[in-house]
Amino acid sequence: MDRFERQVILPGFGPEGQGKLKQSSVLVIGAGGLGCPVLLYLAAAGVGKIGVVDGDVVSLSNLNRQVLFGEKDLRKNKAETAVRYFQDKYSDIQWEIFPEFITVENAQELILGYDLVIDGSDNFPTRYLVNDACVLMEKPLVFGAIYQHEGQVSVFNHGPNSCNYRDLYPQMPSAKEIPNCSETGVLGVLPGIIGNLMALESIKVLSGFGKPLKNKVLFFNSLTSQTYEVEISANSDSKSSIPETWKDFEQMDYELACEGIKQLSWNEAMKLMGHDVAFVDVREPGELPPLECTGLMKVPFSTLSSQLDRFEDAEEVLFFCQSGIRSQKAAQQLQQVYPDKKIFSIRGGINALKS
Amino acid sequence: MPDVIQIKAFGMIAEAIGSDSLEIENPGTSLALKKQLEAQFPGLKSMKFSLAVDKKMIQEDTDISQGKEIALLPPFSGG
Repeated sequence: MDRFERQVILPGFGPEGQGKLKQSSVLVIGAGGLGCPVLLYLAAAGVGKIGVVDGDVVSLSNLNRQVLFGEKDLRKNKAETAVRYFQDKYSDIQWEIFPEFITVENAQELILGYDLVIDGSDNFPTRYLVNDACVLMEKPLVFGAIYQHEGQVSVFNHGPNSCNYRDLYPQMPSAKEIPNCSETGVLGVLPGIIGNLMALESIKVLSGFGKPLKNKVLFFNSLTSQTYEVEISANSDSKSSIPETWKDFEQMDYELACEGIKQLSWNEAMKLMGHDVAFVDVREPGELPPLECTGLMKVPFSTLSSQLDRFEDAEEVLFFCQSGIRSQKAAQQLQQVYPDKKIFSIRGGINALKS
Repeated sequence: MPDVIQIKAFGMIAEAIGSDSLEIENPGTSLALKKQLEAQFPGLKSMKFSLAVDKKMIQEDTDISQGKEIALLPPFSGG
């Protein structure tokens, strides 16, 4: 007997289904609220090779839903911590750790060696980036996303005549339009359910068992426990908005396309620093660790609207916060007042600097 | 029988409308429906969402006949 016996005896799945899972590889983008349950069940089911991409670190407020992590994991990289947990648990899976965020530069290399991509990210720019990369590489993509008490799940790019994210949402929305769970709150069970649906869809795609949600999107409401399934059809503009080549893809700025604000890495930000550049910490007093350096402006996000005139002389403004969300909002707010200034937000905030 | 349609709203759209379902007089087409809803709930103007008629997504202006169910489907980004 082996650890997969209960699914091998399952009629219709059998040793063939198990063999296909063993031969398969999946790349999980984001080891957060969705990524954790996805990883738990795909590892338990015996997928042969699993790659985990996440540049973020574990924080205390993650623990209500990111069930792979505990109090001892705070400030550790999520991809590394998740994989270490599984290496301890199972000996028969090949793991790859990518402690970084997916970008236009690394997407091709990350996705290349995998049969299936699973998007458990938490922002629109990444969701469009992953979609376009999967279309370019003809890789199936299992998609899941949540908002407050609701979730949506679909399978994109799975074989011929398959729709993708841009058919479902041809117009790129901005973060301002739709807040994420760090702003609106979420019961940990919801990403647990949606992540499990994503794991289920992944097993269907990989093993050929059952009918995946191809050209369909499933909505789930945790307050009413109702589901709603909608058939997706191809959008004529969708094709033309996806870059045709990798060269075009690398030229794309997904953050700018979604938000109107360009995001920089810490490295890129360091190169920009100069006397005409305002370097601004928008965290509230007391947020840790403090950052001290000459010329650093401290403008807590809660007071920004009353201090906008302090930016009058700066030609370029560089905002950062703890995780990169408030700084983006600060940048948007300032850009509205000063449309001609070059305003940036540092991707991942202080958390990205620490890791 | 009055010419009415059922609206089902999700996520932010349900919040903007104040309900996840309502029955309204049929404006005839999907574009007219969108305009009518935006006039009634101005919060919708700045939101992007897709429309489905009887659980089939529509990509362009579509006639709506009596008794149809129209779903207003916003994108979610959280994870």
